[in-house]
Amino acid sequence: MTQITYDARGLAEPFAEIPKVSKIDGESARFDAKDLTTRAINLELRWLLYEEGVKEVEISNPGSKHSLGVGILTRCRIRFAGSLGYFGCGLIDGPEIHITGRVGWSACENMMSGVVVVDGNAGSLTAAALRGGDVVVKGRVGARSGIDQKGGTIIVGGSAGSMTGFMMQRGRIIICGDVGPGLGDSMYDGTIYVAGKVKSLGIDCVPGEWTDADTELIERKFRIYGLGAPPEFQKFVCGKVLYNYDNLEPSERKLVL
Amino acid sequence: MCGIAGIIYRDGSQHPIGDEMTSMLQSMKHRGPDSTGYALYGTPENGNLVMRYKLADANTPRDFDFEEKLGRHRSIVESRLESLGARIDAVDEETSYAFRVSFDFDGDLKLLADFVEDIPDAEVLSLGRSLEIVKDLGDAETVHGQYGLSEFRGTHAIGHVRMATESEVDIAGAHPYWAYPYSDVAVVHNGQLTNYFMWRRRLERAGRRFMSECDSEIIAVYLAQEMTNGASLEEAMDKSLDELDGVFTYIAVTKDELGVAKDELAAKPLVLYESDDLVALASEEIAIRAIVDHEIDTYDPYEREVLVWKR
Repeated sequence: MTQITYDARGLAEPFAEIPKVSKIDGESARFDAKDLTTRAINLELRWLLYEEGVKEVEISNPGSKHSLGVGILTRCRIRFAGSLGYFGCGLIDGPEIHITGRVGWSACENMMSGVVVVDGNAGSLTAAALRGGDVVVKGRVGARSGIDQKGGTIIVGGSAGSMTGFMMQRGRIIICGDVGPGLGDSMYDGTIYVAGKVKSLGIDCVPGEWTDADTELIERKFRIYGLGAPPEFQKFVCGKVLYNYDNLEPSERKLVL
Repeated sequence: MCGIAGIIYRDGSQHPIGDEMTSMLQSMKHRGPDSTGYALYGTPENGNLVMRYKLADANTPRDFDFEEKLGRHRSIVESRLESLGARIDAVDEETSYAFRVSFDFDGDLKLLADFVEDIPDAEVLSLGRSLEIVKDLGDAETVHGQYGLSEFRGTHAIGHVRMATESEVDIAGAHPYWAYPYSDVAVVHNGQLTNYFMWRRRLERAGRRFMSECDSEIIAVYLAQEMTNGASLEEAMDKSLDELDGVFTYIAVTKDELGVAKDELAAKPLVLYESDDLVALASEEIAIRAIVDHEIDTYDPYEREVLVWKR
């Protein structure tokens, strides 16, 4: 086999074969990704989950490769012992994923449901266009996290960069640290909670009124993910000056009509 | 898209940075396969100046008299250096068109660079006591092999893989850019500058020269201008955040400093790893992993951040 030295995105192997190197023990399995290419890792993961009936996978040495654990559409548990590169765990529907290192840009992009917990930091565009599920980053996140968010919850233990929640349409962002400029710029709907300082609010993002439902949500999420006692948050919502936005999903609209 | 990388050893110890930068850049080949460039900082040999220059670009037509012209121009460069009072120590032919000269000289560097660049197709790629810029078409391993970089040991380096968007695919358009005529300063950039022509006209009126149509060259020349006026690298970089418009993450290096600046949108990526003896930064973490084999903790700097490390 030719050694591919540069293909971090996994594009150079259209005909890659499943490596089948995992140690399978009943419903759980583990494998070392150190010497595997991006495509081989994803093929192995799919083989385990879809063909071998495995429900719990541990992957060691992911080595910050890009696009790992993407497009998994089944209920399962995956643990990455290490860091992921760009586009990690995107387009997933169902899995519970734990990443012990950090993730690069665009992690959990367009995720439909499930849980992703990142112990380290995350890059920019974390949980972009998130549709559902929970994304928990214990460290800090880069710029434009939750851009175009359409549902679900993003929880950030550290600080967040500029334009967090840019054009967000639904869902919740909970940030325990400080936030950069342009928070919630051009948001349509949804809620952003910030415990630290806000550098500046974006266009049409305004402080919101705190309700018991907010307290309940935050306490519940902190309890589930073992984040300790929640700090005091400020709440930000859309001022709805710029937009008249119909926030119903197509299926909900049918019910109303 | 482009990919940038930087590495600096804080204690000033010598390392095989030619090999290390190659591993970093090769792992980011997908960010820019057009050309690859290095700015490497080695140990000055007997306090000599090192000049890297080229006498033809990748796109220069290879006419019948091409080889003969190269030879003629090369001897003109050497005779011009000598006429200015430079004592040439060694001349290395890296490729048929790219050369490395080490010489002893204590006169005006701008005069010397201008005199060399007056020769048709000649471009001074770098000039300094420890800086050496190597750039050519192809991926990192190609350039590494062509220029024999495995021999290179030094304290810090930056590198660039280019996906050409603003100007031609040639060596003149490849990064890093030397901060003409300021010795030992180089820049790599990922992004686009939107007030390029305004700055280019302004700097040309101030007597700076531009060798390419690439917007990134502005940053190097801009920093050189500010530093000539007495600013430190950090001050010049701070000022650039307000004066340069566009999206950028750029890394600038001097003989003992390495700095990075991000625009106000944080539009271009950068991952940073800091340890007690090493600082490594790159567009993607996979490049840092290429030289650090244990688990590491990295983060992305935020918008309008300027960070400078000294060796």
